[in-house]
Amino acid sequence: MPHQMLVPRKVSLFVPCFVDQLLPEVAVDTVKVLRRVGYAVEFPEDQTCCGQPAFNTGYWNEARPCAEHFVRVFKHAEAVVCPSGSCVTMVRTFYPELLAASPLREDAIAVASRTFELSEFLVKVAAVTQVGATFPHSVTYHASCHGLRELHLRDEPLQLLRQVDGLKLIEMVRSDECCGFGGTFAAKFPDISSAMGDSKAESVAASGAEFVTATDPSCLLHLQGILSKRHAPTRTIYLASILAQQSLAQEKP
Amino acid sequence: MSQTAAQRFLQDAALKSADLVHREIIQRGMDSYDSAHLKGRARIKDWEAARQKCQEIKREAINHLDRYLLQFEEKVISRGGHVFWAANAEEACTYVKNLATRLGVRTVVKSKSMVTEEIHLSPALEKVGIKVWETDLGEFIVQLRDEPPYHIVTPAMHLNRGQIAKLFREKLDPGIESDDPVDLMAAARRILRQAFFAAEMGISGANFLVADAGVVAISTNEGNGRLCTSVPRIHVVVTGIEKIIPRLEDLAVLWPVLATSGTGQGITTYSTLIGGPRQPGEVDGPEEFHVVLVDNGRSQLLADAEQREVLHCIRCGACLNICPVFRHVGGHTYGTTYPGPIGSVLTPHLAGIKEFKHLSYASSLCGACSSVCPVKIDLAHHLLQNRRNATVARTTKSSERLMFRAWRYAMLHPRMYALGGWSMRKALRMIYSLGLAGSILDPMRVWNRHRSPVPLPSESFRARWRKGRGAN
Repeated sequence: MPHQMLVPRKVSLFVPCFVDQLLPEVAVDTVKVLRRVGYAVEFPEDQTCCGQPAFNTGYWNEARPCAEHFVRVFKHAEAVVCPSGSCVTMVRTFYPELLAASPLREDAIAVASRTFELSEFLVKVAAVTQVGATFPHSVTYHASCHGLRELHLRDEPLQLLRQVDGLKLIEMVRSDECCGFGGTFAAKFPDISSAMGDSKAESVAASGAEFVTATDPSCLLHLQGILSKRHAPTRTIYLASILAQQSLAQEKP
Repeated sequence: MSQTAAQRFLQDAALKSADLVHREIIQRGMDSYDSAHLKGRARIKDWEAARQKCQEIKREAINHLDRYLLQFEEKVISRGGHVFWAANAEEACTYVKNLATRLGVRTVVKSKSMVTEEIHLSPALEKVGIKVWETDLGEFIVQLRDEPPYHIVTPAMHLNRGQIAKLFREKLDPGIESDDPVDLMAAARRILRQAFFAAEMGISGANFLVADAGVVAISTNEGNGRLCTSVPRIHVVVTGIEKIIPRLEDLAVLWPVLATSGTGQGITTYSTLIGGPRQPGEVDGPEEFHVVLVDNGRSQLLADAEQREVLHCIRCGACLNICPVFRHVGGHTYGTTYPGPIGSVLTPHLAGIKEFKHLSYASSLCGACSSVCPVKIDLAHHLLQNRRNATVARTTKSSERLMFRAWRYAMLHPRMYALGGWSMRKALRMIYSLGLAGSILDPMRVWNRHRSPVPLPSESFRARWRKGRGAN
């Protein structure tokens, strides 16, 4: 198991490219939560992308040097934490295959075993479920595909949400059905992607929750676009952004 | 120039995914499948262990295909049956056609078989004046509509009873008034009974070919399979070479797992084993028994160590049922014999990567298919491998190749990456502030057609971090 390691004290943050460029507050909230539970956070500034856009489009020869770059940047990290199950899947599941013939193969396998999605890191490595957050709202949870089916994160995000003060968790129907984002799929097959998004938006609406959350901000980026276009009242919020919220009393040191 | 398969797919997908009546029919069908499937799985003590066992059986069979197929052939021949090895669709069709003409066949009854769809057997027989009856109710319905099956297990799942009643009135009997399924079934049965007794030849598929016993295993629910294989004087089995399994006892797990994955049943209503023509002293069964083993690209897939396991497929349809893309575009949109995830993985191998690579891209890679496959084919990962094969064979657009080369350069140079991101946000903000979102000048117009624009913060995370504001 990848999480059977010495408990690290310092984590290296990997910020997916689309989070870095479009959703910086997702990374900010991730840093807040990690620091609050006692970790020193570093952000290696040479990092770029995990390589998934090229890999998923079939351009493995383009993805490979990008993956090697990632491995070089994070080679010495005690643990890498990333606010996206999809990017962690790229590293953990696909790097060993993509870099099978690379001189960095051994390093890649080692880095892959120390790279974690945020909720996975908190629950399985840091063994924390209570992060001292308050969020007095109703929230429904969408199980992002890669986190669920590649990293097998079924209960970890829910364990964290259940410990948030004031949060009312509402289950949605077919919570494990894909939202329709799928990276370049959304651009190549916009009609199918948005139809899938519509079905997901309906499940979200039927839950009646104020917010929908997930372990992958990319799902939420797509869903927010669909929900806003439909003028739906539900808003999206990334898991760390819930966990980062505190009451005034909690904020006092 | 006529449309390519990819253009047709895009067009049909746009129509179907916006068709809310279609979505409602499919969603309802899938909901009832989902609950039956879950209930069925709960009946099996250890579902994961059963999947594991099925995977092992199929792996053994596929890895020793040569030996097991010969063992099967020998047994069938020893009982007076005939085995024909067809390298491709044409050879298979020609064999059946010649056999039918030689033996004076004028009417054929067929039980459900996807391989006969794959090789287009019915049109080949009809061309020489033979009447072909599909006798599976769903197949019978789509045959009347002159349509291919919508789904590999439930061919007419896209139709509701009203549509079927209307079809029967038009094609069978203007006197049919009711749209009660029992009445509709009775109407079909009246006609099919006559066909069963008129036919000289019955054609079936096979769910499994059992090597050690030399028998064909067929799972059906309507009884039409048994009539097709025992009433006419000739029985022809048309099947893919990958259907082989080593031992009769393997059916003890494969039969219930197939039924559970296909329809949620513990076992199908009829489970039939057929080993040859009527033997001396037997009271029924065909006088002639032929098995046509179809390769049609399968050996080539067998040679591909990375994707060989795709041949494990037992055609249960579970990956179609769970697939959110299938649920939104429907079976016909794929334009292939095998729709859904298995079809998207398999078709490029059987019919060409250049023409059918788009199917491997038409997936969000959600992995639901891999998670339900009863023989544990990692379908989502095979889609990725197909995509890689498509770029290696240089079948993708040159503009896309160029884009990913530029992308690679940026990803290896963090400053270029940061500058690229900054300029993209800046440019998009300018375009949107001029009210040009969605216009031809908007590089995100495809995204914006169905979604509101993405947020465009003035600073990236790395810029904030550098300024010491990484946590506030």
